[in-house]
Amino acid sequence: MTDTSAPIGLTAARATPAAERDPKQLQRWIFVGLFLFLCAAPWFAYPIFVMKILCFALFASAFNLLFGYVGLLSFGHAAYFGMASYVAAYTAKFWPVTPEIAILLGTATATLMGLVFGAIAIRRQGIYFAMITLALAQLVYFFAIQTPKFTHGEDGLQGVPRGYLFGIFDLANDMTLYAMVLAIFMGGMLLIHRVIHSPFGQILQAIRDNEPRAISLGYRTQRYKLLGLVLSAGIAGLAGATKAIVFQVATLVDVHWSMSGEPILMTLVGGMGTIFGPMVGAAVIGVMQNYMQGLGSWLTVTQGLIFIFCVLAFRAGIVGTIGRLIRRDI
Amino acid sequence: MSPEPVSDVPADDIVLSGTDLVKGFKGFYAVDGVSLQVRRGSIHALIGPNGAGKTTLFNLLTKFLTPTSGQIRFDGRDITGLKPAEVARLGVVRSFQISAVFDRLTVLQNLRVALQRKAGDGFRFWETENRMRRFDDEAEALMEEVGLEGFAHTPAAALPYGRKRALELASTLAVDPKVLLLDEPMAGMAHEDIDRIADLIRHVAQSRTVLMVEHNLSVVASLSDRITVLARGKVLAEGDYASVSQDPQVVGAYMGEGLHA
Repeated sequence: MTDTSAPIGLTAARATPAAERDPKQLQRWIFVGLFLFLCAAPWFAYPIFVMKILCFALFASAFNLLFGYVGLLSFGHAAYFGMASYVAAYTAKFWPVTPEIAILLGTATATLMGLVFGAIAIRRQGIYFAMITLALAQLVYFFAIQTPKFTHGEDGLQGVPRGYLFGIFDLANDMTLYAMVLAIFMGGMLLIHRVIHSPFGQILQAIRDNEPRAISLGYRTQRYKLLGLVLSAGIAGLAGATKAIVFQVATLVDVHWSMSGEPILMTLVGGMGTIFGPMVGAAVIGVMQNYMQGLGSWLTVTQGLIFIFCVLAFRAGIVGTIGRLIRRDI
Repeated sequence: MSPEPVSDVPADDIVLSGTDLVKGFKGFYAVDGVSLQVRRGSIHALIGPNGAGKTTLFNLLTKFLTPTSGQIRFDGRDITGLKPAEVARLGVVRSFQISAVFDRLTVLQNLRVALQRKAGDGFRFWETENRMRRFDDEAEALMEEVGLEGFAHTPAAALPYGRKRALELASTLAVDPKVLLLDEPMAGMAHEDIDRIADLIRHVAQSRTVLMVEHNLSVVASLSDRITVLARGKVLAEGDYASVSQDPQVVGAYMGEGLHA
């Protein structure tokens, strides 16, 4: 061998000290701060409003798990969110089950749908994957319209009882409900965080960066992508089911295609492929929708303009841009 | 000189072979009836002018493309019908012409992902990344082997070109292949890097078989045991460097480029 210390391509790149520091350390502290902040939140903000944002933040984060870390743009996440919402609302209303069981049933339904839809769509990439997921979600929408016995059609399932958590804690109390939603949100976010930093998550990101290379190393990439989609669908379902219990309704809005657009918008505004981006996006969009209601239909136009501005000015989204400034993954 | 017959080689000695491989795209044949036998433990080079079908042949042998007709055998087994990931799992692993690394992962993470594959599938989404630290010693050794010491925590995208190629080679070696298919491993490398990679290829070929596409003819001359020359999708000549470089057809195909290393 020649002298192995001879450098290859002298030009660039020393190992940057910033990159050597473990990004997970910072992310852990942000999680702690986030938890403390959310514990205090109901004392200075309307709890129901915070819970709405938490549900959408979890929904967007689930979408981002697939979009940002597997590289698949799903245009049909409303199917998982909405159907889980229906199942949770229906079982909570008509079956003798406690709310956590209703939420689990909704989540399980979405997970199963993810498996079936994934098996159909996962071979496609890019725009074709987006189109197939959209078509499947539309199928779910029309199913919801055609089965009024289950969904109550245009009326939707209304007056869903919040019930008693574990049969003990009365969720009619907003603060008790808030504690449950916060626990679900934190649990879902920590699961996403764990998935991203697991050996499986590393392989997912490898596939996202260069699928042919992953195949040439012997990875059966479609199985990895499918599991990524199933997890994403399941967590989106968890968000939808929780939303049904919080607002005590499940309607056609939840399965409408525009609901699939919400997490896309939130993720792009907040920062795709970042842990905390989608929730920041959800908060920004949520606050906007709440405080700009006076704008009426101009709200959509304003949202569109902000979206265009974000895509043009902050490609990486809010959190992605901050992450670049401090040179950390957040 | 016509292609030297290889049928006298005992079947056991052939690790990878293609028989009458044809790959047609709309209106033309990129690979048109190529038969190739790669002997176990050899360094076999594939050369030819641009558009000769070298990369297409690579894609066929690793099943990234499906041949229109013909048969591919590895270790005596017909692998024509397998998927690319399955071919890789058998131990036939390729690199790419455009350096293929996982851009957003660090050098260490790139190697961990490759080493994880050798250790088995990684569907465990509930485990922490720390579980992959068991590969770090092996990754460290690979980085040393290709000269990537000190770059463990650099994102692959930030590496200069030569080091990206080195990383790709390291992750190819990480899965411990039986046959390495290297698509222009020296392309775009500086002179001192070429010597180092050539030494590395010679070193890894002691226990493995290497089939490589390479334009740098001095590298081909010094490294390879056997050379197949392709032109317009067909085998033009085959043999050792001395005999191939004298072949008038080969000289003709390379017109002006010269085969003198």
